Amino acid sequence: MEYKEGREIVDLATIVKALDLKVRHGAHLLDRKVTGGFTGDLLSDVMAHSSEGDLWITRQIHQNIIAVASLKDHAGIVLVQGNEPAADTLEKAVKENVPILVSDWSGFETAGKIYEILNVRGG
Amino acid sequence: MTKNVFAHDTSLYENRFPVEGGNFDKAGQVSSQIKAILKRMKLSSEIIRRVALVSYESEINIVSYARKGHIHIQVKPDYVLIEAIDEGDGIPDIELAMQQGWSTASQRIREMGFGAGMGLCNIKNFSDFFRISSDVGKGTHLKMVIKIDKVFDGI
Repeated sequence: MEYKEGREIVDLATIVKALDLKVRHGAHLLDRKVTGGFTGDLLSDVMAHSSEGDLWITRQIHQNIIAVASLKDHAGIVLVQGNEPAADTLEKAVKENVPILVSDWSGFETAGKIYEILNVRGG
Repeated sequence: MTKNVFAHDTSLYENRFPVEGGNFDKAGQVSSQIKAILKRMKLSSEIIRRVALVSYESEINIVSYARKGHIHIQVKPDYVLIEAIDEGDGIPDIELAMQQGWSTASQRIREMGFGAGMGLCNIKNFSDFFRISSDVGKGTHLKMVIKIDKVFDGI
């Protein structure tokens, strides 16, 4: 475990394990640190208000989410409600090194669980 | 010595990136390239964050609404100039287009999470200077400046 200012640093692996997420891309990137989260399906909203190191929770599955996550230096993307990424989304994720995780939980539940992990243990 | 007097006119980087209208497969590529270049130039993450947003929203606007266009970027010692120039239908009422939430986007574009009527507002909010002009039937020209602070953002 790594700690910063007495708080545990949360990585993707911690969240994948806690929420039982399916890793569609980025099994080798799960040591990435997650410093926050952002929920949104409007890409302009995500561009304007999310931060570097955020785990982005969305139900958008098309390829344009990769450019957004990459431009914003997100830790990764969580697709909610069991939504699988489109084929070209996965291709771009591989190219841009963006982890894609799939949650069986709803957007609300996914965000709630991740929020709790980040705020109890780290964040 | 004369050279130093005009140092602020020196262009550290300049390029023109074409953007295809209607091609969402490639949307964001130009902004990713611009971000990578600024990163290599070691500009501060704050400047990169703002330029990335401004170029991304401009790029998406060209893809969504124009036939074609280009993004022109110029990095000078004390500012980054970004211009997005397109050939398209233009904007009949700029004041309306600048209103948060107002959009002419098609259902297809909205379903992808674009066209929320936030793009131009975001561009304005993330720029130090912003100017928009448009000729109906011809196209739209956006001009943005993001200032570089020598102390905080130094190259």
